[in-house]
Amino acid sequence: MLTDRIKTLGAAIGLIGLVSGGAVAQDKELVIGMQCDRTGPTQITGTTLCPAYHDYVALVNSKGGVEGFKIRVIEIDHEYKVPPAMEAHERFKKEGAIFHSVYGTPQIAALIKKLEEDKMAATSPGFGSAAAADGKRYPWIFPVAATYWSQATVAVDFVKKQLGGSLKGKKIAYMFFDNPAGKEPIGVLEDIAKLEGFEMRTFAVPSPGIEMGAQVLDITGRFKPDFVIAHLFGRAPAVALKELKGKGFPLSKVIGFVWAVSESDIAAAGGMAFAEGYHTLQYAGVGKDFPVLKEIEAMYKAQGKQPPKEMDSTVLYNRGVFQAAVQLEAIRHAVKAKGGAAPTSSDVRDGFEKIKDFTLGGLVPPLTITPEDHEGGGWAQVWTVKGGKYVKATEWQASYRDVIKKHLAEDAKK
Amino acid sequence: MFHREAGNFKSSYAQDMALFPLPIAKYTAAVVLVLFALVVPFTMHEYYLSVFIQVFIAIVGALGLNVLVGWTGQISIGHAAFMSVGAYTAANLAVKLGLPFWLTLPAGGLMAALIGAIVGIPSLRIKGTYLAIATLASQLIIEWIINHTPAISGGAAASIEVPRPMLFGTPLKTNFQLYYFTLFFALLAIVATMNLVRSRIGRAFVAIRDQDIAAEIIGINIFKYKLIAFAISSFYAGVCGVLYTYYFGIANYEAFQIVVSIDYLAMIIIGGLGSVLGTILGAVFVTTLPYIIREVVSAVGVYIWDPAALSAIAASMRLVIFGSLIIFFLVVEPEGLARLWRNIRNYFRSWPFSY
Repeated sequence: MLTDRIKTLGAAIGLIGLVSGGAVAQDKELVIGMQCDRTGPTQITGTTLCPAYHDYVALVNSKGGVEGFKIRVIEIDHEYKVPPAMEAHERFKKEGAIFHSVYGTPQIAALIKKLEEDKMAATSPGFGSAAAADGKRYPWIFPVAATYWSQATVAVDFVKKQLGGSLKGKKIAYMFFDNPAGKEPIGVLEDIAKLEGFEMRTFAVPSPGIEMGAQVLDITGRFKPDFVIAHLFGRAPAVALKELKGKGFPLSKVIGFVWAVSESDIAAAGGMAFAEGYHTLQYAGVGKDFPVLKEIEAMYKAQGKQPPKEMDSTVLYNRGVFQAAVQLEAIRHAVKAKGGAAPTSSDVRDGFEKIKDFTLGGLVPPLTITPEDHEGGGWAQVWTVKGGKYVKATEWQASYRDVIKKHLAEDAKK
Repeated sequence: MFHREAGNFKSSYAQDMALFPLPIAKYTAAVVLVLFALVVPFTMHEYYLSVFIQVFIAIVGALGLNVLVGWTGQISIGHAAFMSVGAYTAANLAVKLGLPFWLTLPAGGLMAALIGAIVGIPSLRIKGTYLAIATLASQLIIEWIINHTPAISGGAAASIEVPRPMLFGTPLKTNFQLYYFTLFFALLAIVATMNLVRSRIGRAFVAIRDQDIAAEIIGINIFKYKLIAFAISSFYAGVCGVLYTYYFGIANYEAFQIVVSIDYLAMIIIGGLGSVLGTILGAVFVTTLPYIIREVVSAVGVYIWDPAALSAIAASMRLVIFGSLIIFFLVVEPEGLARLWRNIRNYFRSWPFSY
C-alpha cells in the first residue's frame, strides 16, 4: 500500500507539468466554495454532513456533471469561528467560486453584507436567521430548508394532531438552548398559542447545555405539560432525553427540533431503544430508502470500495446530500438559462429562484423557491423513533404560514 | 527593529528612552510603513489584503491585552466580552443615532473601558488564577446580559446590521478600502502602546507587575494604576470589537465568545508578554498560520491521500501542526517570538567576529 502511494507520488510529481498545463484546457469546470466544521464545537454534524456533500457531488460528476460541467468543491474548515469564515469567503472568490455554501449561524450573520457586495449567493439550510426567508430583503441568502420559525409551526401542528385535534386549554413547554437561535421561535410560538388557545411556557437551558436538571424538574414536577417542544444543540439533546425519561416523562410526548434528532444524539442518550417514542423534526428525508442513496452506494461498489460508514448516520448524511442537491439544481438552472455557457454567481442566484417541485425521490421536500420566498415553503416532516428505527409520522408539511408571513413583515419593518 | 548598534553610546536618560534609539531604526520603521501603506495594497491580490485586515484588527486587540497581561501582570480571560461591549455600543449608536464611525469607534472604546474598569475592581484583592476566574465570570455575565437585553442586542437574533463606515461620502467596503481603514487604527494602536509604555503610566504598570508591594512603597497608587490598566486594555478591546463590527457589517456577540479570549491570550503568550513587536508577531502567527498550514497541507496532500479523505485529514492536520508549532516555539523560547528575534539579533550583533 505504501509503495503504491510512493509510486503515485512519483507519478504525480512527474505529471505536475502536465496537470498544470491541463488545468487550463479543462474549462468545463465550475467551482463551489463550501464551509464546514469538522473540528469545532459542531463537529458531530460536520464530520457526517460534509462527506455526504462530497459524495453527492462525486456522484453527479461521475454521471457527467451538471449539464456537462464538472463541479469542483473547495472545502474550508472554519472550526465554527467567524474570522476564518470571512477568510474562506475571500479564498473562494480568489479561486473563482460561483457559489458559497455557508455553515453556521454566526458565520452567515457576518457574511450577509459581504455576500451582497460581492454578488455571491449562499445557502443556510436549517440554521441562520429566519428573517432571511424574505427574498426581497436578503436577495443573496437562501435558507432552502425550514427555518426555526417554520420548524416551530410544524411542531405545534404535529402536537395538535397528537393531542386529538385541539389545543384549547392544553399546556406546552418550550425548552430551548439559551442563545439567539434558541430564542428565535419564541415570538412565533406565542402567536400560535394565542391563536390556538394553549398555554405555553419557556424553559431556557444555559450554554453549554449539559446541566438541565432544574429545568426538567420544573417541567415535569410543576408545569406538567401535555407536550414538550425541545430546541437544543450539541450535547444538550442527549442530556434532555436522559433527564426527561429519568423523571418519568414519556418521550412520546416530546418533539425535538432539527439539530436535536440525529442518530448520534440518540446514541449519546442511550440508543434507539431508550429513545423509543421520541418525535423528531426533519428537513430532509431519513433512512436509506432513497434512490439517490442507492446510486451513491452503487458508485462506491463500482470503484471496488465499501460505502462509507457515515451513510449509517442517515439524518445528517441525508442533509448533506440535500444541501448539495439543492445547490447543484440551482446551478443546473443557471447553466440552462445561459444556454450551456458557464454561469456567474448572479446567474446561480437566479437559478435558485427557478427551483420548482424539486424532490430528489422524496429526500427533499417539494421545494419551490420564488423571489419572495427563499425558504422554499417551510417544509418539515416528523419521524418517530419506533422499534429501533425512525418511522415516518407525517408527510412533508408546512403550517401556519400566515403567522410566518406576519413575522417576516414585522421583522422587515425593524 | 532590524538594526544593530556597534556599541552603547547612550549618555542621557532621554537617549535611553527614545522611541528610535538610532537613526537607522527610524529608517527601518519608515521602510516598513511604506511597504504596508504603498507597496502591499497595490501589488497583492485582494485575498491577501483581507487576511491583512484580520491581522491588523487582531493587533489592536492583542496590544490591549498585552498592556494588561504583559506590562501590568494582571490576567484577563474576559477580553472577548469587552470586544462585544465595544461592538454593540458602536452598532447601537450607528444604527439608532446614525453616528459616523469616528464617533462610534471612540465611544465603543470608552464604553468598553468603563466596563473593563468595573470588572478590574476585583484585581485589587485577588491575583493570578483567582483573577482569571473573576474575569472569566465577567465574560459569561456580559454575554448573558447582551443576550437577554433587547435594548442592547436589538432583538432575539442578538445581531445588529451596521452600515459601512463612511469617509468623505464614500462607504468603505472593498478589501482595498478596509485595508487602509484597519491599517490606520493598527498603526495608531502600535504607536500609542510604544509611547504608553515609555511614559510614567507604563513604568508604573511594570513596577506593579514586577513587585506590587515595592511599587506601593515607592509611591505608586496601585488602586488607580490597576484600574487604569484595565480601562486602557479594555479600550483597545472595545476598538477592536468596533473594527470587527465594521468589517463584518454586523454586531453579533456569538463572534466574541470565550474561544476568542483564549485566542488573544495565545497571541500575546506566543508573541511575547510585554513587547510590542511580540504582540504583532503573535497576532500574525495565530491569525495566518492556520490558513498557511491548510493551504500547504492541501497542496501537498493531493499527492498522498485521495480527495475525499483529504478534506477530513487537512482539517485535523491543521490543528495538529498548529498545536505542535506553538509547543515548539514555546519550548525553544518560552519568552515568545519577540525574544527569539532578539536572540537572533544578538547573535549577529558581533558576527562573524564573535570573540
